[in-house]
Amino acid sequence: MKNHFIMFLTLLGVWIMLNNSLETSIVVSGVVLALLIPFLFCNHCEVFSQLKLNPKSLLYTFLFITTFLWELIKANLDVARRVLTPSLPINPGIVEVKTQLKSKIGRIILADSITLTPGTFTVEIIEDSLFIHWIDVKSSDLEESTKIIVKTFEKYLEEMYG
Amino acid sequence: MNKETLELIGGIIAIIGSLFLLLGSIGLLRMPDSYNRIQAGTKASTLGTMLSVLGAWFFAPAMVGKFVILILFVLITNPVSSHAIARAAYHIKVPLSPRTIVDKLKDKYSADSDRMAYKKKVKSETE
Amino acid sequence: MGNLLIEIASGITLLALLLGLIRFIKGPHKVDRVIAFDTMTVSSIALIVFISLLSGNLLYLDVALVYGILGFLGVVILARYFEKGL
Repeated sequence: MKNHFIMFLTLLGVWIMLNNSLETSIVVSGVVLALLIPFLFCNHCEVFSQLKLNPKSLLYTFLFITTFLWELIKANLDVARRVLTPSLPINPGIVEVKTQLKSKIGRIILADSITLTPGTFTVEIIEDSLFIHWIDVKSSDLEESTKIIVKTFEKYLEEMYG
Repeated sequence: MNKETLELIGGIIAIIGSLFLLLGSIGLLRMPDSYNRIQAGTKASTLGTMLSVLGAWFFAPAMVGKFVILILFVLITNPVSSHAIARAAYHIKVPLSPRTIVDKLKDKYSADSDRMAYKKKVKSETE
Repeated sequence: MGNLLIEIASGITLLALLLGLIRFIKGPHKVDRVIAFDTMTVSSIALIVFISLLSGNLLYLDVALVYGILGFLGVVILARYFEKGL
């Protein structure tokens, strides 16, 4: 039931933003469709119900988004520097890191954030190991690279999803 | 804030975004192997498109919903598609560049040449 | 003033698309072509948004969204096809 409710809110929000108006006819048809679709198609929507809703997790969500945007800008300046240097200073390799996150959506967001941060992106996930392509390998050791790559985001995501 | 100033700010943000797109394409041309090309292409094009759309929003402030949807859509789908293509590339054994210094995933795959076989093995061991 | 800035940004984006096209034609491996296609799709979203501003027809924003969805689906389907076959 909680899944259906969160799905309903998401669909209604997307519908209103897509139409970009708050007229009665549009809101009413949106409510009807958003009620109908989760009951018809939502047998496996448990991804959405793993979100915790309390003041602390909301604060951590805000902190996570700020950190993430800052890292995204840093990543782009990093790529710009590497691309524009004539000698192409890259040192690539694939390293293994471990995550402590249990929930599916937590791992998805972790992998996506790693993809958008400086010089790293996720190639493969097997159980709790993530295999990361790193454009400038600083350490091939498991613990060392986990500390550098994963810890920035994991502490926020642990509070948000457990 | 009058309309002129808003358009000036929006135009400058849009130009910065398009410069990031250009940098991504230069990276696509210069990098030595497929994986490094994904690195340059994905990151630069994500922020570049987000900034361009943000800059365009200053020209039509009433259409806030559609611009927010566009920005969120790019932010969510771009890492997913790059991850999918990188995994496929590793699976069909696209060669890594000779400058690569470490490959941890090779050990996992060489034990079983097939990825699905490896996953099944891990599953049966944990059960 | 604003329109001039958007025209400059469109020009730079077109140049980026052209460089992507060079990689698309050269691409030694089929995966390289798909990466170039992905980058070009995402750049095209920005270009379509600029065109919608310059022509004054904001309906093109929906075109940009649909174009992005089709490009994303295309890349994911191609990746799946490389990995397992259809």
